[in-house]
Amino acid sequence: MSSNKKYWKSVEELNENSSIVETLRQNEFVEEIPVEDFLGDKETLESSSTTRRDFLKYIGFSTAAASLAACEGPVIKSIPYVVQPKEIIPGVANYYATTIANGFDFANVLVKTREGRPIGIKSNKLAKSHGFGNARVNASVLGLYDSLRVKGPKKDGKNISWDDFDSEVVAKLNELAASGKQIALLTQTFASPSTARLIAEFKAKYTTANHVVYDAISESAALDAFQAKYGIRGLANYDFAKVSTIVSVGADILGDWQGGGFDAGYAQGRIPHEGKMSRHIQIESNMSLAGANADKRVTVKPSMQKAVLAKLYSYVVGGSVSVSLPEQLDATVQAIASELKKAGSNGVIVTGIQDVNAQTVVLAINEFLGSKAFNVSSPILTRQGSDKAVTALVNDLKAGKVGAIIMAGVNPAYTLPNASEFTEALKNTELSVAFSMKEDETASATQYIAATPHYLESWGDVEIVKGHYSLTQPAIRPLFNTRQFQEALLKWTGNSVTYHDYIKETWTSGILGGSSFNQALHDGVFVAGAYSGMNGSSTETIETSETTLKDKKDRTWVGGIIHDAAVGLGIKEEDKDEYVTTTSTTTVETAGAEGASSVTVNGGDAARALAASVASEGMELVLYSKTGMGDGQQANNPWLQEFPDPITRVSWDNYLTVSKADAESLGLKNWNVANGAMNGSYADVTVNGTTIQNVPVVVQPGQAKGSVGLSFGYGRTTGLKDEMKTGVNAYALYHNFNTFQSVSVSAASGEHEFACIQLHNTLMGRGDIIKETTLDVFNKEGKEVWNPMPMVSLNHEETPVTSPRVDLWEGFDRSIGHHFNLSIDLNACTGCGACVIACHAENNVPVVGKREVRKSRDMHWLRIDRYYSAEETFEGDNEKKESAEGWFSGERKALLEMEHASENPQVAFQPVMCQHCNHAPCETVCPVAATSHGRQGQNHMAYNRCVGTRYCANNCPYKVRRFNWFLYAQNDEFDYHMNDDLGRMVLNPDVVVRSRGVMEKCSMCIQMTQKSILDAKREGRPVKDEEFQTACSAACSSGAMVFGDINDKESKVAHLKEDNRMYHLLEHVGTEPNVFYHVKVRNTTEA
Amino acid sequence: MKQVIHRKFSQKLLHLSFLLLFFFSVSLVAQEGDPAKGKTLFNTNCAACHNLDKKMTGPALRNVEATLEAEGKDRQWIYDWVHNSSAVIKSGDAYANKLYAEYNQAAMTAFPQLSEADIDDILAYTAQEAPAPTVAPTPAGGETASTGGGISNKIILGALIVLFGLLAFALILVRRTLNRFAEAKGLDVAKEKGPSIWKAFVQNQFLVLVTVIVLMLAGAYYVYGYLMQIGVDQGYQPVQPIHYSHRIHAGDNGIDCKYCHSSARVSKTSGIPSLNVCMNCHKSIYEVAPETQQEGLTKYGVDYNAEIKKLYAAVGWDDANQQYTGETQPVKWIRIHNLPDFVYFNHSQHVTVAGVECQTCHGPIETMEVVEQFAPLTMGWCINCHRETNVKVEDNGYYEKIHEELAKKYNVEQLTAAQMGGTECGKCHY
Repeated sequence: MSSNKKYWKSVEELNENSSIVETLRQNEFVEEIPVEDFLGDKETLESSSTTRRDFLKYIGFSTAAASLAACEGPVIKSIPYVVQPKEIIPGVANYYATTIANGFDFANVLVKTREGRPIGIKSNKLAKSHGFGNARVNASVLGLYDSLRVKGPKKDGKNISWDDFDSEVVAKLNELAASGKQIALLTQTFASPSTARLIAEFKAKYTTANHVVYDAISESAALDAFQAKYGIRGLANYDFAKVSTIVSVGADILGDWQGGGFDAGYAQGRIPHEGKMSRHIQIESNMSLAGANADKRVTVKPSMQKAVLAKLYSYVVGGSVSVSLPEQLDATVQAIASELKKAGSNGVIVTGIQDVNAQTVVLAINEFLGSKAFNVSSPILTRQGSDKAVTALVNDLKAGKVGAIIMAGVNPAYTLPNASEFTEALKNTELSVAFSMKEDETASATQYIAATPHYLESWGDVEIVKGHYSLTQPAIRPLFNTRQFQEALLKWTGNSVTYHDYIKETWTSGILGGSSFNQALHDGVFVAGAYSGMNGSSTETIETSETTLKDKKDRTWVGGIIHDAAVGLGIKEEDKDEYVTTTSTTTVETAGAEGASSVTVNGGDAARALAASVASEGMELVLYSKTGMGDGQQANNPWLQEFPDPITRVSWDNYLTVSKADAESLGLKNWNVANGAMNGSYADVTVNGTTIQNVPVVVQPGQAKGSVGLSFGYGRTTGLKDEMKTGVNAYALYHNFNTFQSVSVSAASGEHEFACIQLHNTLMGRGDIIKETTLDVFNKEGKEVWNPMPMVSLNHEETPVTSPRVDLWEGFDRSIGHHFNLSIDLNACTGCGACVIACHAENNVPVVGKREVRKSRDMHWLRIDRYYSAEETFEGDNEKKESAEGWFSGERKALLEMEHASENPQVAFQPVMCQHCNHAPCETVCPVAATSHGRQGQNHMAYNRCVGTRYCANNCPYKVRRFNWFLYAQNDEFDYHMNDDLGRMVLNPDVVVRSRGVMEKCSMCIQMTQKSILDAKREGRPVKDEEFQTACSAACSSGAMVFGDINDKESKVAHLKEDNRMYHLLEHVGTEPNVFYHVKVRNTTEA
Repeated sequence: MKQVIHRKFSQKLLHLSFLLLFFFSVSLVAQEGDPAKGKTLFNTNCAACHNLDKKMTGPALRNVEATLEAEGKDRQWIYDWVHNSSAVIKSGDAYANKLYAEYNQAAMTAFPQLSEADIDDILAYTAQEAPAPTVAPTPAGGETASTGGGISNKIILGALIVLFGLLAFALILVRRTLNRFAEAKGLDVAKEKGPSIWKAFVQNQFLVLVTVIVLMLAGAYYVYGYLMQIGVDQGYQPVQPIHYSHRIHAGDNGIDCKYCHSSARVSKTSGIPSLNVCMNCHKSIYEVAPETQQEGLTKYGVDYNAEIKKLYAAVGWDDANQQYTGETQPVKWIRIHNLPDFVYFNHSQHVTVAGVECQTCHGPIETMEVVEQFAPLTMGWCINCHRETNVKVEDNGYYEKIHEELAKKYNVEQLTAAQMGGTECGKCHY
């Protein structure tokens, strides 16, 4: 009946190659659908041509279409394995121990895989150190499914095969080695015994090879100081649990200082135990995480940090330094010094000042004190970079002395202060190869891009702390045609073994000492029993010292420090470019070797030199790394972009932090617009002739007057989605790899829109949200003083709000079965935010983007509120409020004063998620009973039942409910990981992806508790206490969050609930939450 | 030496001729063994690895004696081989080692229990000529029968229609004729013009009201019924890429459900078995019994053997050479039981913990030639079962305390799943 006649509507259609026809064929609607109109702001909405009648038509049509579509179910295919691997059971998760070592973050972790695909990072409890991941490590799993990954090797932007790549590169390398031109290997810190061995082999084969280790955010000064004193290139390890007094001069010990990972030990000492807790004094310029957690925080300008440290040395150890401090500061420093002295071996001092002298001083003080926390026998090896070597290499490049440059794990075209010079100099090389996962700034400037796998697809080994070895194992087959840097090195050195076999060889011959490799692989970690100069690591030390010696050039290693010191003292004129120009590599090695072994470094000299180097003029800039973004290599990770900074609560940006006083004098400000979002001014920032224009400004309480702060990691331009190109690149100001810079700041025009999820107001003495007290009061007074139960009047009698007699609700007996509670210790919580990302990964929490965050539509199920208090304590706030005179003017003035956070406020962090109230206000107002209570204490939310009235969110006193304003999955308007097939692979199949128009919130990880219960049921046994976990409590390295069943009287959480410090959030509302907090205790007692 | 060989040869020849003579003179069966007995023995002992005409785990055995004789192996060698093949291999016998190597170095199981007479019987059975390929009785007969039935039905229907048509026609004719008669007689047949029923109905308001209410109720009933079945796919019976008969596997062969759907024990999904599970049996079962094949063709219109071939194609099994080719083609089954994403269901909770039979929810799978969705899989259906079913607490340490306490609280002997908390929203929706 049908004919073969061809029908056409226009002549154009007859043209086979017409592009317009193809386009029309693909597009059902010729005109673009005006989604933008609906999503746009008010103005576009008002100017939209959609009339009320049209709107009704749309509604009618969509309703009809929806009901029609619902009648016919789709055909769903199920495709089983042809041969099912025996370790995979569909629906059951597998866990593999592995290690992240991306050059910035190093941690032993477990990877959760479902049906062979990694969906989450968990902590590895078997690891003795670095067993917990921070926010970035938790988010790193999403990097595996990054749609912008390089999918295969490329040459000049075109795909080539690995065979061609190998043959071309090897030919070139041989040619260069023969002609004697330098082959530079510029890599991240691998801290890997096998890689070190491999690079040594590479250097043996290609004799002109030069290995330079480069850390984007340098710890070079600390490494130099440590190496000079102890002969190994590493960083002193500190266990803060072992000491009672912690003094930090500019070191963010809870952030990324020395690679991070100190929070577990720190938090351990912060929980009051038998009336004692550690005392933490922080002297700093920026408000850092460590500063926010400190008992006493002294704000000084960066240059004064050096002076303070030098003075501290003279007060603690003795000797005099040629610097004087302002009277008040001097008294403070004296007091700190006396505290340290009194603490003796129970005290410790650390610094983050990137200055060899400062680092030497700290090592000397700690040695003097005999600090128990101070560990030099097993130093941290996760930073190996040498600034001088890097500078020398860049100069060589510029001079055209480098024939080939092979880069792995680094992005110098972004992270170098003189990145443009570097990119330009790359053209001088005959061969440039970047091993990279992304077509980033560096990779797009090189000849070859060697696509590398994600660490979850790679093999590897790491020695994070000397003697503590870890293994990296793939949790999935490589998604793309990628190859590890090490595999390439093996190929190029003519070695035919795989990197896995190579690692195994290294381990069995040098590390394991007879232990099982498979056991080590299973555990992910291996601690060498008796450490004695093992194969791999000894190669490594030789390796690194060699590097440093080479760039030491004509001075000896320690001589260099003395030279620096001399320059500092003004004995010798500083020749600014000395270390960049002198490049004689022949005579140095011997001199360096004997120099390093014979000369010891004197702390006193260093302190004097440090004091002499104090030069304070004008504004100073402190560069730092943000908790969410680190060095910026994960900038294309939407979880991390939307992760609010713990201190400023700003997401999707970096910014210049300015003190209130400076902001006023410079004419910079922040203000809130009508919808509650924060806007701010712009400033131009100039350092050493380099200017960054239009840096958004955040007025930061607690910022030292005369200083400004700016974070690394933002301002990426290549290899990431447009949405992620946020902020400014602070590396441009990172001259001489020094985080302290002299700066000039001037206001610029325009206003910046921030996505800040919490504003800067103080708590105004509303102490029942964050309850806090001092150690003194805590020890001397009863619970009713520092943790009073709110009272209400019943028949003119004071009655506690928890009494059933004043309760509106009938009590429900929850003594049978499980009753889940979550305990949060405000003393242990450092605000690190690992829980926030862990929650994202576990619960498929969508990313909504900057614009939506500005409208307070962020979807975080778990937020960490940051509160400033204007006075030393909340009591101080209260007193001020109470004692304010005058009904209107006086009180108002006092309140206004408190509203402006003071110069140096106290900070408290409080993780808030759904409180799972037993008497939940949300449940009673839901018209469709979509939210209801379970016997086990969880407040349930049936998404499919929700009709989106949002009554519950209005009635929630804790504001923890989140509404899906849009469909965040498979929606081009929200082009984050849930909008592409690859990114969706990270979704947890046990938790539904919520659709538009429903309310969602923390479920207390009911999928995890249900799984624990089911496992127990299947095995016919009671559930063990440690089995119950939520994503947040499992990710909490500081032990601040403890989850469990309070009906199990032996459980940890049941004991915590009995603790005197326990209180509920907004207890007086009478909601009886199943989440409880512990009163924050500050150790304000000056010892 | 030569002489000896010659003599032996001639002796052999003599033997052979004698044998041949005997062969032809006496009945075959009586002489060499009983092929009937041999068949039974073959099926119990050898069939797992051997087939008469097809290479399987072991070689095809039709006329094996003759084949071996060509290799210079006598019956004694066969006895030795069957009784202990590995000993023969170890003795360094070249041919034995060649065989061993050819069949993936899998030594044949030793059968010391088979007497030499038994082996003779088996050999007699293997020596039988292959039966002429039985022409499968053409299903034509059956087809005609069935179509015949169809035709007869149609004929009856057609005849009835014709009959009624004729009747109606006759009536019209009769009426017309009568009218004509009446006209002829001058009778006025004009009807009485009373008020029409319709008008009367409209005027009776009560009746209208009742009718409207009845219509509305009926309409509501049907609309409700229609809406309630939206998204309910009870009876959904899609055609699968490979016709897999649960009737044969779970019913006739009585294979336990969890042999193939093993993950139902430990996982939330019951798991569609991977093809290597099929091959556990189908490596040796390359075709079904002729009766089954016949039944399939006539009753279900399915060529089971062809379906097995589909499996081989999917898993990449070269049946002729008994090896995997590595070219696989995963099977895209069509999912029958689809729960929405917002429902969490865990098989192991029901199968392992509660001990619910698969058939409770999936129906009499063992009788289904093509599986269909048995239960409606609606929330009401789930909840009802949770309300009615007692929790299986026996020998489960998890339930000991909680069951005792709750039973006391609710004052019952046995708790239902609902009383245990099995109807709380959050237990299935998260």
